[in-house]
Amino acid sequence: MKMITAIIKPFKLDEVREALSEVGVSGITVSEVKGFGRQKGHTELYRGAEYVVDFLPKVRIEAAVEDGILDRAIEAIEKSARTGKIGDGKIFITSIEHVVRIRTGETGTSAL
Amino acid sequence: MLNWIKRFVAAGAMALAVTTTTGALVSPAYAADDKKPAVTAPAAAPGAPAAAPSADPAPTPNKADTTWMMVSTVLVVLMTLPGLALFYGGLTRSKNVLSVLMQCMVVFSLVAVLWAIYGYSFAFTEGSAFFGGLDRLFLSGLTPESNAATFSKGIVIPELSFMAFQATFACITCCLIIGAFAERAKFSAILLFMILWFTFSYLPIAHMVWFWAGPDGIKDAASLEAVTNSAGWLWQKGILDFAGGTVVHINAAIAGLVGAYVIGKRIGYGKEAMKPHNLAYTMVGASLLWFGWFGFNAGSALEANGTAALAFATTLLATAAAVLGWTLSEWITKGKPSMLGAASGCVSGLVAITPAAGFVGPMGAIIIGFVAGVLCLWGVSGLKRMLGADDSLDVFGVHGVGGIVGAILTGVFADPALGGAGIYDYVANAVATEYSIGSQVFVQAQGVVVTLIWSGVVAFIAFKIADMVFGLRVKEEEEREGLDITSHGEAAYES
Repeated sequence: MKMITAIIKPFKLDEVREALSEVGVSGITVSEVKGFGRQKGHTELYRGAEYVVDFLPKVRIEAAVEDGILDRAIEAIEKSARTGKIGDGKIFITSIEHVVRIRTGETGTSAL
Repeated sequence: MLNWIKRFVAAGAMALAVTTTTGALVSPAYAADDKKPAVTAPAAAPGAPAAAPSADPAPTPNKADTTWMMVSTVLVVLMTLPGLALFYGGLTRSKNVLSVLMQCMVVFSLVAVLWAIYGYSFAFTEGSAFFGGLDRLFLSGLTPESNAATFSKGIVIPELSFMAFQATFACITCCLIIGAFAERAKFSAILLFMILWFTFSYLPIAHMVWFWAGPDGIKDAASLEAVTNSAGWLWQKGILDFAGGTVVHINAAIAGLVGAYVIGKRIGYGKEAMKPHNLAYTMVGASLLWFGWFGFNAGSALEANGTAALAFATTLLATAAAVLGWTLSEWITKGKPSMLGAASGCVSGLVAITPAAGFVGPMGAIIIGFVAGVLCLWGVSGLKRMLGADDSLDVFGVHGVGGIVGAILTGVFADPALGGAGIYDYVANAVATEYSIGSQVFVQAQGVVVTLIWSGVVAFIAFKIADMVFGLRVKEEEEREGLDITSHGEAAYES
């Protein structure tokens, strides 16, 4: 089992969700986050005061998947979230040691 | 907490006591007068109707005028609540929005009550050239039958409506100051400051600029001189301030600037981002100010007549021109035309046309508005950097600069040769044929300088007193957490 953590552009969320459903990912968790990477921030001007906004809004997606669909899931995110412009985001893969479904007590892949 | 309230009441009582004494000192003759005249400021000269009983019967208020005055009054209320409150509230950070709304609402209410207790009397009854008398203390003698004079002979309005209309001016003037020290001042200190500043700056300036006995007693050069000599000091000099460029805007702006210096900068000013948290509020607030300002300016004609219509039209046009002026110059010099810029331009135009509203023509109004829009942008950027104070919501940049631009240009564009209405000669009962831009601008400049100095000095002393009694600032950790929670125990938004 692997945990996919993807940081994407906020307006790409719906496309990514659909693409992940198509490859069989059964659930994802989404958070609104802010951060910086290679994409530069922007400046805002309020009357005389200029502020540099370094942290840009992004969406973080977390999805726990079986090893069998990992590559297809990564490819799905890559394709659906890509605009080709700087700031498209990143995908991180980590291993999951253990999973429990709270309602039933199931563990392992059957809990995904 | 009880101790706190006790100190507050004591300080307030002291202020009232001091004022009462001062009032009595400057106008001993008037204090000794009985309460005979039912008609006072700016009504016919005391006793004038009674002195000519053989001629016309006592004038009665026109119902249209009376209605217009009351409609104008609620329009001016709307300017502060919620107009100005929203305009300011949107400019703060989200942790301080309620503190500003709360300050506006309570200061408005406080000043309205003080206005009835002694403010109206000290501003609008005859006393010395600087301070009114005691005739209307506690609104004594003010009945539904009392009438106030207008700017036309033989036309009166109910004095109660005049009193209420002028009350709303005093209220919004005090509320304007709040923006300069938003996000850090202590609530109790603000209230004490307002009592002192209202008493010793607003009231005398209003009296100096606006008080006169009304035109009804003017028959010839001698009676004109008598009426003029009983008027306020700047009125005697011939200052033109239709709806309060000096009394309201310059007065409040310099007090705010002094406050920004005395209270000091916000923690993190210049280092942390202090972005407006909701510019949509600010746009709505600016629009409500524009809407209400028709009552402020056109209502200042005191009648539903042509002068009111002129003030109405100039208020519309100058403001539109100022929005364009600010937006264009921001677009050219800063790269993008911003909503905050348009809203600020709107207010700057309203401020600038205030002293000019009933005196200048529509084209003069457009020029005044456009110039104010451009110069106030400099007021909140270049000038602000030069002044070096943390005037949080740019009270001086907009109201000070706009007020000065308006006051000076009123002297220029009131000239009938430039489409202005000129100066009315109550002896000839016609607009005076001669108008000198140079000498009028000189008088206007004197009004500006007197207001800047008077209000600045009073504000400095009042802030120092408030500092001694309560301390001007909240604690550092309270300022960081936000005044909504720490001063008022509530939050505007779910977090």
